[in-house]
Amino acid sequence: MQSRISVQESPFEVASECHWLAIQSQETGGIATFLGVVRDINEGDPIASLYLEHYPGMTEKQIEEIIKEANDRWDVIAASVIHRIGRLEPGEQIVFVGVASRHRGEAFDACEFIIDYLKTRATFWKKEQTPAGERWLETRDSDLDTAAAWKR
Amino acid sequence: MQTDSIHIIFFASVRETIGTDSLELKATGLGSVADVVTALTDMGPEWHRALTAENLLVAVNQTMVEPGHKVKPGDEVAFFPPVTGG
Repeated sequence: MQSRISVQESPFEVASECHWLAIQSQETGGIATFLGVVRDINEGDPIASLYLEHYPGMTEKQIEEIIKEANDRWDVIAASVIHRIGRLEPGEQIVFVGVASRHRGEAFDACEFIIDYLKTRATFWKKEQTPAGERWLETRDSDLDTAAAWKR
Repeated sequence: MQTDSIHIIFFASVRETIGTDSLELKATGLGSVADVVTALTDMGPEWHRALTAENLLVAVNQTMVEPGHKVKPGDEVAFFPPVTGG
């Protein structure tokens, strides 16, 4: 399995990630992707911008483990995860997960698993700027439930 | 390099509550994560509040652990709230 992980401030190109996923093996039959985008509203409040910080080193390690777990469960030929940090505005891309596999079912499942686990395991924290001031986000119970549902 | 201290780091709301992003603690007398927490909560009311939060998470050398986990000189111990990426 090939993988690449990037935590970065700069924007990324979905097309070039898909290209990288596609050229890793001629056995690839499909690529499933997830692209996360910053919303302009959360819990009823308008969001002017987001600030993201992370734990350098541990974040990459956690993502690597999540990809490895996905590879243990499904046929993953290549996986790519990009997560942005720093200040982001509504409409901006925040996270990309792409999985190449021999068949679409495995690609879809592995991709969904990776983003679900990333949300509850990877060491990122979001702070929102709202008209009432700044606030750190709290983990959603629904995200924990979604990740827990993958447990065998 | 030999060291007799433990490197402590804080992230997100924990860091903001205590106004500190990292510090070194002498490892003497610190056997577990729980001992580190006790040493830190003595540093002031904000420290006490941040480090006794029910949802506080701890990592030792970048792996998530429970409070009973052992610590030794040279370890990196990180405290942070539940993660909210993605």
